[in-house]
Amino acid sequence: MNYEITLLTTMSISVLFALSLNFITGFCGQISLGHAAFMGVGAYTAAIMMKSSVSLLIAIPVAAVFAGTLGLLVGFASLRVRHDFLAITTMGIVFLFVGIVRQQDFLGGEIGISGIQRSALGRIGFLLLCASLAALFAGFSLLVKRSWLGFVFESISDNEDVARVLGIDVAKYKLFAFVVGTAAAGVAGALYAQHFRFVGPDSFGFVESVSVLAMVVVGGIGSVWGVMLAAAVLSVLPLLIQFVDDYKILVYSALLFFMMRFSPDGLAGIFNRSINRLRKQKT
Amino acid sequence: MLYLELLFQGIVQGSIYALIALGLTLVYGLLRILHVAHAALFTLGAYIGVILTNATGSLSLAIVVAMTVVGLVGIAVYKLAYEPLLDKPPYIALIASIALFIAAEEIFRIVFGPYGLSYKNPPLQGGMEIFNGFYLKYVEALVICLSVLMLSLLAWLSGHTRLGISWRATVTDPAMARAFGVNTQNVRYLNFFIGSALAAAAGVLVALLNNLVEPTMGSVPSYKALAIIVLGGLGSIRGTLIASMALGVIESFGTIYIGHLLDRDALAFGFLILVLMFRPQGLLGAKQ
Repeated sequence: MNYEITLLTTMSISVLFALSLNFITGFCGQISLGHAAFMGVGAYTAAIMMKSSVSLLIAIPVAAVFAGTLGLLVGFASLRVRHDFLAITTMGIVFLFVGIVRQQDFLGGEIGISGIQRSALGRIGFLLLCASLAALFAGFSLLVKRSWLGFVFESISDNEDVARVLGIDVAKYKLFAFVVGTAAAGVAGALYAQHFRFVGPDSFGFVESVSVLAMVVVGGIGSVWGVMLAAAVLSVLPLLIQFVDDYKILVYSALLFFMMRFSPDGLAGIFNRSINRLRKQKT
Repeated sequence: MLYLELLFQGIVQGSIYALIALGLTLVYGLLRILHVAHAALFTLGAYIGVILTNATGSLSLAIVVAMTVVGLVGIAVYKLAYEPLLDKPPYIALIASIALFIAAEEIFRIVFGPYGLSYKNPPLQGGMEIFNGFYLKYVEALVICLSVLMLSLLAWLSGHTRLGISWRATVTDPAMARAFGVNTQNVRYLNFFIGSALAAAAGVLVALLNNLVEPTMGSVPSYKALAIIVLGGLGSIRGTLIASMALGVIESFGTIYIGHLLDRDALAFGFLILVLMFRPQGLLGAKQ
């Protein structure tokens, strides 16, 4: 039973993390190759607090504030650049984050912070907390997508210049997307710290940033249900294909490559196409 | 003396960066694709170089074969991976490229083993003292000479031959170039061939400098080369050369003076972000 609980907890944290990136990249169209850095900020903040016996429930909002504040700063910086330049800038953020953390003794340097104590919630309680936070953010995402805010995001994502001509304050909405997305990533980070009871610089590097982007893209950029499904499957896939241990990463990356090559709009795209085909057959 | 030595180290590193980043710029200039998997070709070149040198004992043969084979592999990568994605949004090709790169690293690890290979009889060991205290390694001299040679060859090719002119025409305006009878498909092949061959040469040279090739040797250069071409203003060859040299020198000084704050690899990106905040179009990029 413990194994299943761990699996489900990992899944919920990944779903929350992937949805947080979906908010920035999927809704607002701002590609980020450095999203793991914000999870890292949240994880380190929560880890340090929990080491000094602060409760998890207090650590989570503080982690969100720290990650969101950094997100606001990065958001300001990223207003200067677009498209490919933005992709590389955000990639730079994650390398900077890892580079700085490695050199700081109070963050545990190369070794990281271990021995974080368990919260009073117990295993099941913690799973429920993770799942409900993920569900909460999923609900919020669905709500935003259907509201006027969703339309604003879509117009920015479609064509920023046209949106500006229509009188939309593009900078304001981009910053909003960045703050919400990075704060949610910070929450996912705090949960991560509690779940694994360890944080280290290598847990929040470029590879993790790409993996989470892979979840969003495989799910179908902008599609809440698709991203949730992809995050749930891809987060436990490495555990489920343990039997091909040596080829684990190869299988994972090949899957990502073929997805891009043959269905760039992800699972949501495959789903929509097959629905359309069914409808055509009926008429 | 220390300054001179650091400067020299920076230039050696900068030449390697230039060889790698140039291929990336060529691809970006032509197709607007961020070709992360380029660094996998760099690693492949290094492996071919070491294996052939160990088998035949001839370094020059190894360099030529590595460049040719990797150049052809580069064309295959374009044909199989990028060509079908050209009309998709750019991040699709970018993610496909990252996936390809990670897969390639895994294949290197599985095929050649995780611990890497080295030269049995490392060629060009030793060096000489040029003037008091300034020691020049033969390998470093080779790196600089070969880079200068290849880059001048490329400059001559693009400036003074029919091939180069059709290449530049395609970069500027593909439709117009086609209207004038340029075979743009061949230009793309050529582009990938040259870019990949240069990366292979860089791979062999890095393997000489460190006397080691390992599956992950491409990771750091791959992301750093992206930083370099962005710094240089995406697609600008002159900008890329300047950015490579600047980064090589900044890293070599930076590791000594601010190494306790930031590690070497973060330095490149710190510099990148700083520059982009003041010049979002890169050092030499044109304003859009």
